[in-house]
Amino acid sequence: MSETSGEIRAVTVPKWGLAMEEGTLTAWLAGEGATIAKGQELAEIESTKIANVLESPAAGVLRRQVAQPGQVLPVGALLGVIAPAGVPDADIDAFVAGFVVDPPDEEGAEAGLAEGEAAGARGPIAYKAANPRAEAVPAILVHGFGGDSDNFMFNIEALAADRPVYAIDLPGHGRSAKAIGSGDMAELAGAILALMDAVDAPRAHLVGHSLGAAACFEVASQAPERVASLAGVAPAGLGPTVNDAYISGFLAAERRKDVKAALQMLFADPDLVSAAMIEGVQRALRLDGAREALSAIAAATLPGGSQARNYRAMLGATSIRTLVLWGERDAILPPEQGEGLPDAVRLVRVPAVGHMPHMEAAALVNEQLAAHFAAG
Amino acid sequence: MAKKTYRQAINEAIASEMRRDPRVIVMGEDNAGGAGAPGEQDAWGGVLGVTKGLIGEFGAERVLDTPITESAFIGAAAGAAATGLRPVAELMFIDFMGVCFDQIFNQAAKFRYMFGGRAVTPLVIRTMYGAGFRAASQHSQSLYPIFTHIPGLKVVLPSSPYDAKGLLIQAIRDDDPVIFCEHKVLYDETGEVPDEAYTIPFGEANLTREGKDLTIVAFGRMVNFANQAADQLRREGISATVVDPRTTSPLDSETILDCVAETGRLVVVDEASPRCSMAADICRLVAEEAFSHLKAPIRTITPPHTPVPFSPQLEDLYVPGVPRILDAARAVMQH
Repeated sequence: MSETSGEIRAVTVPKWGLAMEEGTLTAWLAGEGATIAKGQELAEIESTKIANVLESPAAGVLRRQVAQPGQVLPVGALLGVIAPAGVPDADIDAFVAGFVVDPPDEEGAEAGLAEGEAAGARGPIAYKAANPRAEAVPAILVHGFGGDSDNFMFNIEALAADRPVYAIDLPGHGRSAKAIGSGDMAELAGAILALMDAVDAPRAHLVGHSLGAAACFEVASQAPERVASLAGVAPAGLGPTVNDAYISGFLAAERRKDVKAALQMLFADPDLVSAAMIEGVQRALRLDGAREALSAIAAATLPGGSQARNYRAMLGATSIRTLVLWGERDAILPPEQGEGLPDAVRLVRVPAVGHMPHMEAAALVNEQLAAHFAAG
Repeated sequence: MAKKTYRQAINEAIASEMRRDPRVIVMGEDNAGGAGAPGEQDAWGGVLGVTKGLIGEFGAERVLDTPITESAFIGAAAGAAATGLRPVAELMFIDFMGVCFDQIFNQAAKFRYMFGGRAVTPLVIRTMYGAGFRAASQHSQSLYPIFTHIPGLKVVLPSSPYDAKGLLIQAIRDDDPVIFCEHKVLYDETGEVPDEAYTIPFGEANLTREGKDLTIVAFGRMVNFANQAADQLRREGISATVVDPRTTSPLDSETILDCVAETGRLVVVDEASPRCSMAADICRLVAEEAFSHLKAPIRTITPPHTPVPFSPQLEDLYVPGVPRILDAARAVMQH
């Protein structure tokens, strides 16, 4: 690795997700010569999937802005240099001149990209896997209504350093079968259990987003012995209502513009919704049977803006460690629904983000989740 | 997800609809491929192999080889559509449409209207268009504006394997006659294509690049060139939106106007001859509806108003390419 050289640290184009090969530097958020704390927002980077903020990998002074806004650079390319004020300019120049971009780790990418199918009650349940051969208790990531495993593109690899991580496509979603039974929470929970069976996981850490969190809570109700820990990101299943303008708007959206309007409700910053993200959602909705399947699930689990199931009592009674992460600007499930949770549940409020903390504040969410898994 | 070629995507769309709906049939020159000669069945599958394999699965009842008489078999296809089948007829080269114009624009396109809305004509005519194949002036034209001109026809120009499959399934399920124009240079292009059936609605543009400085509207194969140009411009600090209308009739005017309103600059890239073209049509649309948003004159990039040359050197000069798009984009940015 050419990332560190004594006290000089390279700031490079990050790889946010499996498909990301290059990124555009859209803006520097710190000036040359500024003193930087580790984790401070350094720059805005945009990939074809999403725009996001790059946090500093180290503390020091931003000695050089090597890349200029508007530049498109491959993953791993040098954006800038951080070093203590005392390092001579000549050393910084030499570091920049000698910097070599590591070639992408093709083998690692292959392993990260593993895809599989579990046998669900009504057809295949698709999933993606990272680090599937690791020994530790696996984590399973469950997306929300209308999403798919790609919603965890910023999380799946980051969480897989020391354990297998699987991201499921719930029934009717992503590449999973579009045949739906009742579409209720038990059916969604059944798919999660089917995935656990398929990957020979007697127990798993369950991480659910939104409706996917409620499905994880349902698994914990039905089969607590199979749940190592629970984490809900902007979780359903804890409050009475959901923003029905989103649910019905999403289901009715035929045109690009309508899909965009619905997706923008998910994020605190509507500019995060890129053309590629919209096209990805449209591709899922265009599949034969997808809209009907999603309508059935919405009717069974989120009827008319209400939530069919509430898991507060279960969370109060269970011994399963539970973490809840909630964006303070969530417009789909209001953050007030996180108030008055059972004492055993650890609640983390995420400032300045909406309904998608795992995308909007991926680094924070990943750190919280990794610590949560490890605490058991 | 599996990567597939444009050719495979089209083949999959036809096969998937033939499985789903027994009324779907395929007909055209060499579609079955020398059927009848021992050992020769399915040797060909259309002149560039797009329908290869279909006769093996669906049989000679549903995959018909026709004589080299476009007037007869396109007429037969229109009649079959009006009487309850859903034919997918392959008219080898769009350049040959002249011999069956009456069947298309005075019959198929008019049935719904002339019979008071009580007749439908679920006919798809697949056809190859475009230059760049060293096929000379009688096999290289981009005649889609002629069909776009006729009310009652829908005209589709897929630019990628994903779009080809979804738009063709939509075309086969559509109750009106559809002219489905496949660019012959795109057949070996690859892209991610789901195994499942899906439909892309007509009249919905795709934004293949998103930017704030400039809008590039491009059709068919030109979308790929526009994307390459947009990527290069981005390195120069110019962010361009690329609009692929996907269908010229219906046309997604709303998206084009929205993008022009946002960027204030427009370049249109069209492989068809410049007169009475989509490039001209979009200039008219934007001049009428979005003039006050324009910060620079519109630029169009088209071939010259000549036949497609046979000389490879001249053909390469004839087809609009990335350098011309870049020049036009830089010019409108400097205005």
